[in-house]
Amino acid sequence: MSSEGVDLKKRRFLTATTAVVGAVGAGFAVVPFLANWNPSERAKAAGAPEEADISGLEEGGLLRVKWRGKVCWVVHRSQQMIDDLPSLNDRLADPDSAVDTQQPAYCQNPTRAIKEKYFVAVGICTHLGCSPTYRPEVAPADMGPDWKGGFYCPCHGSKFDLAGRVYSGVPAPTNLVIPPHSYISDDVILIGVDGGAA
Amino acid sequence: MSFMNWIDERFPATKVWNEHLAQYYAPKNFNSWYFFGSLALLMLVNQIVTGVWLAMAYKPDADLAFASVEYIMRDMDYGWLIRYMHSTGASFFFIVVYLHMFRGLMYGSYRQPRELLWIIGVIIYLVMMATAFMGYLLPWGQMSYWGAQVIVNLFAAVPFGIGEPLSEWIRGDYVISDATLNRFFALHFLLPFVLAALVFIHIVALHKVGSNNPDGIEIKKNKDENGIPKDGIPFHPYYTVKDIFGVGVFLIFFAAVIFFAPEMGGYFIEAPNFEPANPLKTPEHIAPVWYFTPFYAMLRAVPPMFGSQFPGVIVMFASILLFFFLPWLDRSPVKSIRYKGPLFKWALAIFAVTFIVLGYLGVVASTHMVLGLVEASILAPIFTVIYFLFFLLMPIYSKLDKTKPVPERVTQ
Repeated sequence: MSSEGVDLKKRRFLTATTAVVGAVGAGFAVVPFLANWNPSERAKAAGAPEEADISGLEEGGLLRVKWRGKVCWVVHRSQQMIDDLPSLNDRLADPDSAVDTQQPAYCQNPTRAIKEKYFVAVGICTHLGCSPTYRPEVAPADMGPDWKGGFYCPCHGSKFDLAGRVYSGVPAPTNLVIPPHSYISDDVILIGVDGGAA
Repeated sequence: MSFMNWIDERFPATKVWNEHLAQYYAPKNFNSWYFFGSLALLMLVNQIVTGVWLAMAYKPDADLAFASVEYIMRDMDYGWLIRYMHSTGASFFFIVVYLHMFRGLMYGSYRQPRELLWIIGVIIYLVMMATAFMGYLLPWGQMSYWGAQVIVNLFAAVPFGIGEPLSEWIRGDYVISDATLNRFFALHFLLPFVLAALVFIHIVALHKVGSNNPDGIEIKKNKDENGIPKDGIPFHPYYTVKDIFGVGVFLIFFAAVIFFAPEMGGYFIEAPNFEPANPLKTPEHIAPVWYFTPFYAMLRAVPPMFGSQFPGVIVMFASILLFFFLPWLDRSPVKSIRYKGPLFKWALAIFAVTFIVLGYLGVVASTHMVLGLVEASILAPIFTVIYFLFFLLMPIYSKLDKTKPVPERVTQ
């Protein structure tokens, strides 16, 4: 192309602005495609609170409830189990539940629960998302003589006590997550909704 | 040849044929290691053809996926064959590519002027890994589900509040679900064509710089009066015929596995994958497919730091990304292992053994007693360090090494 009589400065300006406007346009055009990958309204609706009926849950028993597609546990702890919890403190990474993303404020207590007897947790290992196995027995052969009951993750060997507190020196970095929950009545727990202190 | 003239005036058919086959001069001293490039291409074609056929009956739906795979296997004519060609093909694709990469390491095929060729190759490897990972979710078995759960959760480990939304964005849900399965299917269908495009670019780059060879000598430096490299022979017919022979030998092994051991004792298709995905129950022992286990072992080898397991994720990705820097880490004056000294030879041998040991450590449980002597979780960090030292110390040992003089012309 001939450059005779051409205002090169203006041409450069127009080329640059065209390119910039085009790039901005392309940037905006990408937004719907990226946003499309977010959880859909249906997936969010499936995250609605879930009721757990604990009237039939015996001492030492574990109830599985699905909330937001994730497995949630309700464990009915015996008095012995509750009394054993403080004795484990020096073998745990976060015995006082100091990491406050892992439980609502009303569960930031020694038993990590609203009612001592009932332990509610998301049953997903904080390492890489496997579901730990419930091991309530005291000192079984494979867990060693110091085991006071808890959860063992089969994927990478993380260990948690019966308050979902993580042991030191295992792959999982933090305690199990306690979902927001509240008591509708003595027998029904609503998982997914804060009720404040019980 | 008036027909070809008619074509050539409209499309450069003869020109392309000559430039890339009949008059493309490759070094005459290729050995058996040079089969694996064309075999990798063969496996890509195998995966695309069998994959498209599988897609004709597969249902990317959490309620139907598992049953549709069993339907393909049991009720469709030769469905079992096409499915096993695909699942076995994935493992063979990785075997061939790992050997192809090892060839590059041995003969210095990543060295100047082939840095970009190597980098494109590493990108191909990364896209392959993504494709394979997404494909493994599709049968919707227990291992599909929990494997995907673990790998997607790697992204959730990213700190600064980015991780959790990022993993939800990848899954399209709070857990691996139908939404995840459906999008992984779409991407698993798309990525092989991206791979094909990348392979095309890989070959364009290869034909620009010319093939390396076991001697690591640039044959273009020694040309006859017609400008043809003295140590070169036309790719067609010499290497096309040689490659066909290689394909024949390869297919014997490939067919043997497809027909007699398609699950390969649980290494190519893991046992828990014959059970439908169950979001409420994790299998007793989960491990990725063998071709990911070296990296998985490195991920597990790093303990959580500062209340986060992000460091392990960084180590795992770094172990792969290091390959990009290889062309600049090697300071040896020679390319091929034939003329390199004992330091590099030992380093490469130790690296190869380390890669295999890490692969083994990634398969077994972290509490497994290796040879009944020592726990896997103790060995993994040691071998992870060795793996990284191969790369990080390369500028030193490759420079200190006592090399041999490189001949003018290729040897036989």
